[in-house]
Amino acid sequence: MTLELSHFSAVLVFALCASIVFGITQRNTTREMLRYGAYCFVLFVGGVIVAGWAMWIIKR
Amino acid sequence: MANAKETKAKSSSTPAQPLTAIAFAAPIAGWLIPGAGHILQKRWIRGLLLMLAVGVLFFAGLGMQGKVYAFNTGDLLDILGFLGDFGAGALYLAARTMDWGQAIVPHATADYGTKYMIVAGLLNIVSAVDAYHIASGKKQ
Repeated sequence: MTLELSHFSAVLVFALCASIVFGITQRNTTREMLRYGAYCFVLFVGGVIVAGWAMWIIKR
Repeated sequence: MANAKETKAKSSSTPAQPLTAIAFAAPIAGWLIPGAGHILQKRWIRGLLLMLAVGVLFFAGLGMQGKVYAFNTGDLLDILGFLGDFGAGALYLAARTMDWGQAIVPHATADYGTKYMIVAGLLNIVSAVDAYHIASGKKQ
């Protein structure tokens, strides 16, 4: 079975899984875990979007 | 001055955490089966979420035709790739036994798949260490 993900959906899957693990392992309470997991997710995806636009600007 | 001496004496007299059987078993179980270290300590939801996150990342990597590194003493990046993959525990052993991830596919997404599996292994090590911290009382 072959899985064909676009670049962006690959980023989303990666960011979601990594954020879940970071949230659970790096914080103590459930509330803090949720907040930190969401924070990591936003940073992962936001970083990719910013890097993508930066490369688009450099290319032009 | 007296205060500093008192603090020093107090900290040196603090007993070390006893090394229990669960403090040994939890990280080993957590490495072998992602999330099992937490499940063993009745952290059901955390354990299942860790299992899901590491499992999805590893199998998505396999599905994207990523490469599974074998033990090697060659190129430094290959050695590091093996160490990352090996962190996935039973998932890695199963992949090696079944000869998964051996095809050479020159696609960008296949390279992403290789990285997915390495990161799955590294995240699994992080969660096994977390299971140890819970077992030794350093974390709730």
